[in-house]
Amino acid sequence: MTVPNPLPNSLRSQPDDRGHFGQFGGRYVAETLMPLILELEKEYRRAKADPAFEQEYQYLLRQYVGRPNPLYFAQRLTEDLGGAKIYLKREELNHTGAHKINNCIGQILLAKRMGKTRIIAETGAGQHGVATATVAALFNIPCTIFMGAVDVARQQPNVFRMKLLGAEVRAVESGTATLKDAMNEALRDWVANVHDTFYIIGTVAGPHPYPELVRDFQSVIGKETRAQMMEAEGRLPDMVLACVGGGSNAIGMFHPFLDDPEVAIVGVEAAGRGIELGDGHHAASIAGGAPGVLHGNKTFLLQDEDGQITDAHSISAGLDYPGIGPEHAWLHEIGRARYVSVTDDEALEAFQKLCRLEGIIPALESAHALAALEKLAPQMGKDQIIAVNLSGRGDKDIFTVAKALGVEI
Amino acid sequence: MSDRIADAFAHARAEGRAALVTFVTGGDPTPQDTAAVLDALVEGGADLIELGMPFTDPMADGTAIQLANLRSLGAGTKTADIFAIAGAFRQRHPLIPLILMGYANPMIRRGAEWFAAQARAAGVDGVICVDIPPEEDAELGPALRAAGVHLIRLATPTTDVARLPAVLQGSGGFLYYVSVAGITGKQQAAQASIEQAVEHLKSGTDLPIAVGFGVRTPEQAAAIGRVADGVVVGSAIVEIVGQHGAAAAPHVKQYVGSLRAALNAKEPAR
Repeated sequence: MTVPNPLPNSLRSQPDDRGHFGQFGGRYVAETLMPLILELEKEYRRAKADPAFEQEYQYLLRQYVGRPNPLYFAQRLTEDLGGAKIYLKREELNHTGAHKINNCIGQILLAKRMGKTRIIAETGAGQHGVATATVAALFNIPCTIFMGAVDVARQQPNVFRMKLLGAEVRAVESGTATLKDAMNEALRDWVANVHDTFYIIGTVAGPHPYPELVRDFQSVIGKETRAQMMEAEGRLPDMVLACVGGGSNAIGMFHPFLDDPEVAIVGVEAAGRGIELGDGHHAASIAGGAPGVLHGNKTFLLQDEDGQITDAHSISAGLDYPGIGPEHAWLHEIGRARYVSVTDDEALEAFQKLCRLEGIIPALESAHALAALEKLAPQMGKDQIIAVNLSGRGDKDIFTVAKALGVEI
Repeated sequence: MSDRIADAFAHARAEGRAALVTFVTGGDPTPQDTAAVLDALVEGGADLIELGMPFTDPMADGTAIQLANLRSLGAGTKTADIFAIAGAFRQRHPLIPLILMGYANPMIRRGAEWFAAQARAAGVDGVICVDIPPEEDAELGPALRAAGVHLIRLATPTTDVARLPAVLQGSGGFLYYVSVAGITGKQQAAQASIEQAVEHLKSGTDLPIAVGFGVRTPEQAAAIGRVADGVVVGSAIVEIVGQHGAAAAPHVKQYVGSLRAALNAKEPAR
């Protein structure tokens, strides 16, 4: 008997040379962009093989971003949940307050290598926009950030941060005026400015090689976690856990553990007001979507029976996207990772719990992982260990949270 | 079976002019109104018709066609409506080539074979998919070719000599040259660059070359018509539909007529 789609020897060797993770991923872009995508891939291969590139990347992560950040044993949270030992990977301590900067440092170095003189990016919550504006300032390259008008309204502090950093912020009114429309508009800009513009995509989506290179730059999260866990506990965790919108913080945490079958991998999607309420009420692409093509890759998407993309909803702007990175779609399909979902309300509860128990205000995105943790940790033994990616800090979310709690500030 | 696309280009060539290729978004302003708009295109003198399949996320399109997509979807246009519009058009116009143009996701949602079979049954001659490059041909190309429906590919200013053979491999009907690196409905390319590009494309294929993106005026159409086999006009027509809604047909006919008249005019003496 032949196996139709045998799994590779290492799950860390994907994508294939055409950018596919199983049936997912690929390069679904307009012809105008194809030559550029191919050139980016070539340049990325050259950069990966260049010790000077890695050296500069590592230097900036250390001296500018502040890595390595701690893997922190959350004792009070552990005691409260009464199960597995909980460690928090403190990405929220990075410069700019989230994991997004890891990727931006890598991509701006690529932009510099390719001689590009203008940077564009899309942003949802504004974290990737801030991180991009930050590296653009650092490297003195003009930068335009596309942000859905709805997100501009609900993430004003980040809009102001981007402007302080010298970026132009363009509010996108088309479609649903959220992250997916910001990405459409960034792609429209890119296709008209391919000669001088580098598009810093903020998540593990988009056409190949973006899902691969964003993952590689974010994998520093999982690599550090691995080493720090070995140092603290002398062994690997029993589970790694992270929230998933597009899924860059999650894949960064997961990827270095893919070939360790003893480590369970759990991604947490945003169930919004509840997946059972249907389209427009959640942002859980795997739990409530189907495979399709959007923004340059094939993956699980929220869509209707005609393939029209349906609105995502999450209280967290960073998870409010109707798709998921193609590698996550593949990890789900082969069963290596499990994807669960939590609602807005559950995330809000977990948000407050971490504030009170550990003195850490998490991003609403990360609060989704913490809400799943509250369900998973008590089911595990006290001798077991979970590492949770605390992908960002929650200062940006205090207005949203206050509003949800009926508090005026 | 004769090939309506090849015949249309041959017919125009025999008349000593370029073929006029016109685009409108299906279901704009409503599925019921599209038939009259399509008939107006034909009556105005269009040789080939591109029927846009609306999509929520038309990322290669400028404002005019984005809005047309929203109007169409807002009116409740479904994929089944597009095929119904196409099938009815084929009944009324047995000889005019009809091409579906759109994005990958609505085309592959029920499977490429399903889509190709529906297109074939509706009398569709060709399909243009904006976001399936040759590298992902397996997604749609084999199913269309097996059903006898042309997969019409796009070439752009960034399609260089090395890449052109890949674009041509498996493509049929005609080659659509996107004259500007950008989205639909914006600026037009310089005439000299279009001439150079068409010459470059001609050296690689016997397929007719149609040039589009940013073509608005009869003068622009005539200039391109002197060097290319076909001229594609989209956003300017879509804007007329946007402006006049259900009453757009006579305006569309008049505008398309002005384009066609410009293409008919004999080349000025040199």
